[in-house]
Amino acid sequence: MTKDDIKQVVLDIIADIAPDEDLAAVKPEVRLRDQLSLDSMDFLDIVMELRKKHGIEVPEADYVQLASLDSCANYLLPKFQAKGK
Amino acid sequence: MSSKPRIVITGLGLTAPNGNSLGEFRANLLAGKARIAVIDVRHMGKHPAGVCDFDATKWQKRKEIRNGTRVGSISIYCSREALGDSGLDWDKVDKSRVGVYLGITEHGNVETENEIHNISQFGNDTKYWTHHHNPRTVANNPAGEVTMNMGITGPHYTIGAACAAGNAGLIQAAQMLQLGEVDIAFAGGVSESIHTFGIFAGFKNQGALGAHEDPTKASRPFDKNRNGIVISEGGAIYVLERLDDALARGAHIVAEIAGWCINSDATDAVLPNPERQTECVRMALKRAGMKPQDIHIVSTHATATTLGDIQECTALRTVFTDCPDTKINNTKSFIGHCMGAAGALELAGNLPSFDDNWVHPTINIDELDPECSLPGLVINQPLKVARVNAILNNSFGMLGINSALIVKKYGVA
Repeated sequence: MTKDDIKQVVLDIIADIAPDEDLAAVKPEVRLRDQLSLDSMDFLDIVMELRKKHGIEVPEADYVQLASLDSCANYLLPKFQAKGK
Repeated sequence: MSSKPRIVITGLGLTAPNGNSLGEFRANLLAGKARIAVIDVRHMGKHPAGVCDFDATKWQKRKEIRNGTRVGSISIYCSREALGDSGLDWDKVDKSRVGVYLGITEHGNVETENEIHNISQFGNDTKYWTHHHNPRTVANNPAGEVTMNMGITGPHYTIGAACAAGNAGLIQAAQMLQLGEVDIAFAGGVSESIHTFGIFAGFKNQGALGAHEDPTKASRPFDKNRNGIVISEGGAIYVLERLDDALARGAHIVAEIAGWCINSDATDAVLPNPERQTECVRMALKRAGMKPQDIHIVSTHATATTLGDIQECTALRTVFTDCPDTKINNTKSFIGHCMGAAGALELAGNLPSFDDNWVHPTINIDELDPECSLPGLVINQPLKVARVNAILNNSFGMLGINSALIVKKYGVA
């Protein structure tokens, strides 16, 4: 799994939890909350969907790592690799 | 109640299994058109149920729908439609003077069952339990979702009153308006109960779940071969105002709240008590300053259970003696039992009678149960009458809660 694959995983989750958002122009280096209408409950949804769909755990102390698509990819890549993905 | 402010209905919005507006609903009631689907109930297989097909996205973003509840969407749809019907200039309304009072039979069963099912897919590990659970299941959820959607900052809460809840919501609103707590109230009843298997299983194991090979005939109050309740979802929410306020803004007045009563059987959790029902109706008449002869339509609660229908007929037979102009009907024969929404929807479907003088029937009576024979019962075909000046709306519920609400045509003494 590549970083681009992980970005797509996160975008697919956001598409489910924030279906009114236009994700076509999301900038990977910009904080998600600065370009999309996402609140703290939505980020908890992202954490939950990573857990349910991919078996990935994100401890509360690491939630900040999910700020942007780029930071998601950097943070989640070793976790996906550890899962053999 | 003459010394208290008069309360009027100035708008309403609804969704019923056979209509998403009052016009559609009323047309189907007069045309004898029931609409009951067959749904797959979790753990239980296929059962008849009343399903609403309103467009939730008309008033909500998809994210709101996803994060909220089904009954929240029903409540928002009905409230927004009621607002449109009321003619209120919403931008100029002081939202802190608006209250939301919604009757519910139950709340939280649907969402809790869904999460129990969800975590069962993950070894019952509660770390998979959604963080949306609490806001979805707090008892004020349906009313709270309305306030968030519409920017209402006055009071909101639900009134838990079993299947008397639709009336109870309206009564609560009328009382709050009379007390001056609010200037405008959104009130009525709502239900999402078809999405909880627990309601179906509970009624089935109680021997009170209706069934028929034709789902549209499964709900048949007063029929000799009735066999129980058809569970439905739905909602009906009204805009209520004090008469003086409504007149001042030139509102169209749909009807006036004339009187009401809520009392308790204090006898049995599930078996109705006709003596207390009789007392409830008589007290509502007294408060309205009316005689039984003044009531032209009795909208019955009857749910098609064997005993419950007979008990209500016993109460009505006691009150409405020598009342040739009092006609009696039932809406559950068309749409099943909409639980918390039942009373509010059943009243709504009868309100146009003030203008058109038609009384919609109770349908699905192939063989009238002699014990349910009432002189004014309108069976299978609508009836044109000389006038309709007052409607009595009965709604009763478990734990022995009875409600009787009387509304009258505005302008009639």
